[in-house]
Amino acid sequence: MTDGAKTIIGIRSVTKRFNGNVLAVDDVSLDIKSGEFFALLGPSGCGKTTLLRMIAGFEVPSDGSVEIDGQVVDDVPPNKRPVNMVFQSYAVFPHMTVADNVAYGLKMDGVSSSEAKGRVEEALGLVQLPGYGERMPDQLSGGQRQRVALARALVKRPKVLLLDEPLSALDAKLREAMQLELRNLQAKVGITFVMVTHDQDEALSMADRVAVMESGRVRQLAAPRDLYEFPNCRFVADFIGKMNLFEGVVKSSAGSEISVGIDGIGDVRLPFDGSAQGKIGIAIRPEKAMVTADKPSDEDCLSLEGQVTQVAYYGNESHVFVKTASGLDFSVTTQNNERSVVAATNPGDRRWVSWRRKDTLVLAE
Amino acid sequence: MDPWHKFRRIFYSVGIPPTIWLIAFFLVPLGLIWIFSFGEKVGVVGIDITWTLDNYVRSFNPDILTIFAKSLWLAAVATFICLVIGLPVALGIVYAPNKWKGLLLLGIMLPFWTNLLIRTYALIAVLRTRGYVNFTLEWLDGAARWFLELFGMGGIALAILGERFQALELLYNDNAVILGLVYVHLPFMVLPLYAALERLDRSYLEASLDLGAGHLRTLWNVVVPLALPGIISGLIITFIPALGSFLTPDLLGGPDSAMIATIIERQFKSANDWPFGSALSFLLMYITFGALAIRALMARRRGGDGMGG
Amino acid sequence: MAKRKGLFGRDPAGPLDYLRKWPLLTVMIATFVFLYVPLLTLMAFSFNDSRRNIVWRGFTTEYYGKLFNNTDLMIAFGNSLTIALFSTFFSLILGAMVAILLWRFRFPMKPFYEGTMALPIVIPEICMGVAMLAFFARIGWPNDLVWPISLANITIAHISFTFPFVAVIVRARLAGFNREQEEACRDLGAGDWEVYRDVIIPHMKPGLVAGGLLAFTLSLDDFVITFFTSGPETVTFPVKVYSMVRFSVTPEVNAASTVLIVITVFLTAIAMWLQNKGAEKK
Repeated sequence: MTDGAKTIIGIRSVTKRFNGNVLAVDDVSLDIKSGEFFALLGPSGCGKTTLLRMIAGFEVPSDGSVEIDGQVVDDVPPNKRPVNMVFQSYAVFPHMTVADNVAYGLKMDGVSSSEAKGRVEEALGLVQLPGYGERMPDQLSGGQRQRVALARALVKRPKVLLLDEPLSALDAKLREAMQLELRNLQAKVGITFVMVTHDQDEALSMADRVAVMESGRVRQLAAPRDLYEFPNCRFVADFIGKMNLFEGVVKSSAGSEISVGIDGIGDVRLPFDGSAQGKIGIAIRPEKAMVTADKPSDEDCLSLEGQVTQVAYYGNESHVFVKTASGLDFSVTTQNNERSVVAATNPGDRRWVSWRRKDTLVLAE
Repeated sequence: MDPWHKFRRIFYSVGIPPTIWLIAFFLVPLGLIWIFSFGEKVGVVGIDITWTLDNYVRSFNPDILTIFAKSLWLAAVATFICLVIGLPVALGIVYAPNKWKGLLLLGIMLPFWTNLLIRTYALIAVLRTRGYVNFTLEWLDGAARWFLELFGMGGIALAILGERFQALELLYNDNAVILGLVYVHLPFMVLPLYAALERLDRSYLEASLDLGAGHLRTLWNVVVPLALPGIISGLIITFIPALGSFLTPDLLGGPDSAMIATIIERQFKSANDWPFGSALSFLLMYITFGALAIRALMARRRGGDGMGG
Repeated sequence: MAKRKGLFGRDPAGPLDYLRKWPLLTVMIATFVFLYVPLLTLMAFSFNDSRRNIVWRGFTTEYYGKLFNNTDLMIAFGNSLTIALFSTFFSLILGAMVAILLWRFRFPMKPFYEGTMALPIVIPEICMGVAMLAFFARIGWPNDLVWPISLANITIAHISFTFPFVAVIVRARLAGFNREQEEACRDLGAGDWEVYRDVIIPHMKPGLVAGGLLAFTLSLDDFVITFFTSGPETVTFPVKVYSMVRFSVTPEVNAASTVLIVITVFLTAIAMWLQNKGAEKK
């Protein structure tokens, strides 16, 4: 996929302070590879948009530098950078036709009008708006305006396409369709896409690699699967998907096993490859745990007894909340595989919650 | 909002006094000079209402027409200069850091609150032959002479600068009137421009830059068309009071820089020809209403075609 | 890596930080110099110890002393204040009424009524001035009345052009009124008049103060309309200053101007501040 591909965007110890003291981006370094779909994911205010805007040239780093295709671009204004952006509000010029919007960047580059005409049609075809050239933006739906913004950026054949929360203004159904379409479009044009989003589903389903940001720093940079199954810290574990998080203390570690005392669970041995000391986080995904009436006999399982406090029914699955005798709150996702109108688990039931040792995450940070 | 007939008592109590006032002390006086404008002057003070159109016909004689044309020209030039200065100023304020914005706007507004007469007077003090501008120029002239003398180039100094310093005649001409109009009316232009630019989503500017346009091309291709309603509004709001100015041409203008208001005043004071003055007043008002109608029409059209973006 | 510094030694400027780019900064500074240098020199030279008014010869308040001993100017100033006070009072009442009328009620021909009410704001001052001159002359307004009745005609003219401004400001304030307050008031047993007395008028207060201050400064500042309505016995401060300005540039005029600038800027600043405070509460 992208292993060994050359770096198209290099972020080199970039720091951005606003008004001299507000730290938006804090010493971030990362490489974005040519041809990949890269996502910057994080809660609002984590600095992801600022980072994107520094790549586009709308903000200048306070420290460090940005490289595009091997060139330091800190002194290059946005209009001279080989990257283009799809804005969150799309910013489709309301006073120009769709064709004029798409042709705008070409005109600025001095592309002849006959060539521009062909490329505009081609770009509109690419975003599935063929023949929409003569319309005005206010005659288009939100989704169509976004396609115009996409075409307008892609028609310039940038080295990198930047997308600032591209799907946030669309309704849920359209968003899902657009996720797939953007993915396909990226594969088709082969241009590097860098997307900013706060929506983990979007990042996981679309990107090749995701950088999770918090408070101006990159907490983890990994492929979606690694990010979900092997978060490297409590923040990422909690931010991506749902998680049961507990506190523990390392008793001893030897080889690929670690002995941990977990509050409310007791001392357990867990498989762990790294090194950890003192207080650590213990995490179990709700869907990796089971709820059963009897204690499972499997030696590889850890189990706790408790009382069901609440059951939230979502159709395809249910979320069962259990309070253990030791006072821990545990949530378990169960698949509703059988057609039945009678719930298997009800509040007040006494149940066993269990999960496999190897599905337990040990979070040193 | 309530229909008026549901609260008749309150409606009448708040509606009647101001309406009566407006009619008695505003509409009646205006109506009076409207009637006068169809009258004829009789003797020194008398006015005979004969419903003649003579006063309006007289307004179209070349002398008066020249003054109208000149007023329109002076006001238009001043308005245009206000736009050229006001657009970058408004743009600068809109994209200034938040804590500066209010201060800069206040800075533009503050001279606007001081008395028109005093502002004009301040300009006189600066521009007159013995004013600060000429004073500074004279000092520069002296310094230049001294400097050239020092290098034994007194001859060159004489050739370039002449025998002695000649004060510039900056006052009592059309340029002084234009300068005065710009000085007085600049805030009228900056405020609507500021309001229009402030509403403009900054991503439009960023999108334009992102697509390869420089700042000037962004200004021309994106900012100006999108802020056009605000620009037109600013032009009209500036043009109307500039056209009707009385003090500026009166104090800063020369004998031939009379504007419409100047000749209206003349008819009511020295020339004592009220019917003619009334007709001129109404012509000035009609031009004003025309400009306002254009603005309203523009606002309606903009509102109608969903320029929200 | 080296820290980048922008203009003013702070963070580097982004592409839309126009004020930190020299072409725009130049225009901005030039504009402020253009706006302020004449006024500031005027004020500064009112303290200059020289009649020639051009070279700084030391600080003096002599001309302010002269100002206060200039009986004509002081009478004119008294006239101006009297007119401003009376016209503020009446234009507040009338303006508040118009504001309530336009904010509260739907009635036939309302756009036409609103347009007519805005006329005094938009028509050229000169037109209003000559109309007032013609009006008072035609109805035979006596010009030998005792002070302060003799100022009534100027006051009337001022009220006519200030109360629509008051209406605009008070109406803007009323637009922020939450109708639920009134409904709560009625729910607790208040009638039509009590609602106004207890809820609506208190809500209008900041608007009334701001409108009143605006009316006061407008009246105090007005020259053109007053110029046509004042007689030899009823000269106002701006009219008096006008006759002095026509004559020559003197330190006394500078001093008089400075006094007026300080008063109006101060009052308008208070009005703006109150209006902003009202807007924030909303």
